[in-house]
Amino acid sequence: MEVSGLRLLFLIAAASSALPGCAWLGGNREAAPEPPQPIASATQAAAGTGKATPDRPIIDPQVERRVIKRPKIESEDFEIGLYGGILSIEDFESHAVYGARLAYNLTEDFFLEGTLGRSRAGRTSYETLSGSAEILTDSQRDYTYYALSAGWNALPGEVFVGKDRAYNSAFYLVTGIGSTRFAGDDAFTVSGGFGYRILPTDWMAVHFDVRDYVFDTDLLGKKKIVNNLEAHLGLSVFF
Amino acid sequence: MIRSLLLVLVVVFAASAQAGDKADDKLPKILIADPYIELHSGPGRGFPIFHVVERGQEVVIIKRRTDWFEVRTDRDVQGWVERSQMLATLEPTGEPLDLHEPARENYMSRRWQGGVMAGDFGGASLISAFGGYAFSDNLSIELTLNHILGEFSNGGSATLGLMHVFVPEWRLSPYFTLGTGVIYTDPKSTLVKSEDRTDQIGYVGGGLQFYLTRRFMLRSEYRHNVIFTHRDANEEVKEWKYLGFAFFF
Repeated sequence: MEVSGLRLLFLIAAASSALPGCAWLGGNREAAPEPPQPIASATQAAAGTGKATPDRPIIDPQVERRVIKRPKIESEDFEIGLYGGILSIEDFESHAVYGARLAYNLTEDFFLEGTLGRSRAGRTSYETLSGSAEILTDSQRDYTYYALSAGWNALPGEVFVGKDRAYNSAFYLVTGIGSTRFAGDDAFTVSGGFGYRILPTDWMAVHFDVRDYVFDTDLLGKKKIVNNLEAHLGLSVFF
Repeated sequence: MIRSLLLVLVVVFAASAQAGDKADDKLPKILIADPYIELHSGPGRGFPIFHVVERGQEVVIIKRRTDWFEVRTDRDVQGWVERSQMLATLEPTGEPLDLHEPARENYMSRRWQGGVMAGDFGGASLISAFGGYAFSDNLSIELTLNHILGEFSNGGSATLGLMHVFVPEWRLSPYFTLGTGVIYTDPKSTLVKSEDRTDQIGYVGGGLQFYLTRRFMLRSEYRHNVIFTHRDANEEVKEWKYLGFAFFF
């Protein structure tokens, strides 16, 4: 091994010194292609054939590779939007609610959505009648919720406005889980409802939604289930 | 206020009109290879077919929504085409249109995964969101955020763990998971001796993932948690995630 390694080294050194000389001497440019490996050139040099090596091929096609750029198809499966409406908080009056919505359309039939809403509770009839007794502090009257829901476009269709205009629409059902923060407490919340959506353009939708948020509370001393109904109007954009 | 809102609206509409006017050469162009393709008035199977484009003609793809593609013909007719018909079209290079679809055969090559699960955490309701990155077909790292809503306390946890899917090529595939993180507990104020606390948590668990379709999976998981409390004894909590939904991208 040692000997052959040394020999190889020697041959390479010989080739590297001999080859430029050959090229200078020969000038015979239409010879064989560039030696692929130093070992091959070494054997060549050792054999004393002394063939000239060309710097470049005679025909050097200056063809650039065509770069095929595939334009990406823009997909619009996400929707982002805002909504506002009325939330009826059981025992605590009805107030304005506003929120944000992010949805992902899985298929033409199903979608997932996350909503985040905010409202404010009023006074119970007891508080109003008694005049001064406050059940909740001011900050405890803030009402926020989130819901992670799945929706089904139950009745897709089109609506016609006049003779020339048709807009895509869908009536959908939604159910989900989430949490409600109210009266200084977080409660596991199950929600459900329906909605109607019209698309004035391909990338924008107007929604009308009705939801029921159901959770357990013992705020008024006794544990009970509350149903908080919400109706809202929203606008969302596909992206 | 209203004026500025109007201004914004006008700008948005102008921008969208601009986008619409943008030359079609930026949009992908395809050649119809089927005898014809059908243009629906909306992205759904029920929407009426109002136009057909014959073989040999070219259309541009404007956008995709779920399994429907909005296309425009050279006569400026715009409509929605179903995915199955798009698969029979050709690109300008003559190759069949490549939609880069994540199918079951190549879903293992998808590296990112995210989803939501719901379940039970030691008797409390649990809402869980997770995101993961796969180093290899089997092994991935996963971040889980839990929202725990109980009768006596609320809380949340954030955990980071490793997940090993034993046979990822199976449609229903079991996995093993192991990790650690922090848990925050906020006892309800009506209880005596209540105190907010943040503890370290460790878990070991397993689950099943079921490949549904396209890029979607169902998941179900069990974790056995050990909470390293500041008290004398550690707490052990069983965590069941009955059902979850995941998608990879």
